[in-house]
Amino acid sequence: MTLRTPLSTVRGLGSSKSGTHHWWVQRLTAVALVPLGLWFVISVIGLVGAEHAVVVAWLGDPVTAGLLIALVIATFYHAALGMQVVYEDYVGNLGLRMAVDIATKLILALLGLIAIVSIVMIALGG
Amino acid sequence: MAEFTLPANSKIKPGKTVKAPAGAKRPKNFAIYRWEPDSGENPRLDTFEIDLDKCGPMVLDALIHIKNDLDSSVTFRRSCREGICGSCAMNIDGTNTLACLKPIEEVKGDVKIYPLPHMPVVKDLVPDLTQVYAQYTSIEPWLKTQTPPPPDRERLQSEDDRKKLDGMYECILCFCCSTSCPSYWWNGDRYLGPAILLAAYRWIADSRDEMAGERLDELEDPFRLYRCHTIMNCTKTCPKGLNPAKAIAEIKKLMIARH
Repeated sequence: MTLRTPLSTVRGLGSSKSGTHHWWVQRLTAVALVPLGLWFVISVIGLVGAEHAVVVAWLGDPVTAGLLIALVIATFYHAALGMQVVYEDYVGNLGLRMAVDIATKLILALLGLIAIVSIVMIALGG
Repeated sequence: MAEFTLPANSKIKPGKTVKAPAGAKRPKNFAIYRWEPDSGENPRLDTFEIDLDKCGPMVLDALIHIKNDLDSSVTFRRSCREGICGSCAMNIDGTNTLACLKPIEEVKGDVKIYPLPHMPVVKDLVPDLTQVYAQYTSIEPWLKTQTPPPPDRERLQSEDDRKKLDGMYECILCFCCSTSCPSYWWNGDRYLGPAILLAAYRWIADSRDEMAGERLDELEDPFRLYRCHTIMNCTKTCPKGLNPAKAIAEIKKLMIARH
């Protein structure tokens, strides 16, 4: 039971004046993932059955390593933005929503970092 | 969390069945959602078999026939009976539409009629529209200017600029679109919904309005605007054939343009 007027409830704390950057970057990463994803799948199919040394040599190429790191950044950034949208849609409790959103972002950031370090180490002959 | 099942006291039970009088030439069943706030009982689905020869061609004609001749307690809103007032918006045969514009013959089998989805129900087919009206007020749907009007005439608008309002000024605020939108179902307390965003864009696109920037400021919000995920139910269901999803896309484009 609230005695606030409907307009007061609807106006709430006002507009956050944000969200455009999030929306735009989500679309940019989605567009970037189309060629990057296709390139990655085709490359991996081409490497099926290849010797370890061949794969390492492929990864050691700066273009390959650069594209792979770009793929990792786009994938994990896009995943973080997308999961935030899912939580905002379906998790009504603000505390719970913030907790799962922060946990998801930290885990995705860590996974992305590990992936990038792995690529760099292999590319540098680790 | 978003609720995907009805609470126990909202589950719909079978209701009474009224048969058409003997000798009915074109019988048709109308299954109508009934709920009385004072009874304390769950909602029920009453079935009325009527003779289509006894009423006009539209679903609203059948509802009026049922209320006049079979059960006067059946409650619904209606006024103009020609698709311009927006009062008789309801869910017919699984789609939000205006009962007065929906021909009975378009419905195969029984005609199932429910109130607009996911809104509080006042009684039977009457939804509580308090919140969506407050949301409409919140976007300040009137011409806002700093420049005073010319002393000797109205504010002028070119024919091309006037054309930009086509497809928006026709909205009758029946809220078929907003109540068909899953994003509005889950987050209707903060998401403005397609009807209100279409109305907001109607003023942003008006060449005579001088407050487009302030209007965009008020909309730029992860919940108010960006809950729209282009599901397109709004455009699909609009009984006036308007395209709220396109209006929302135009708002998003303006947000990027000034980003």
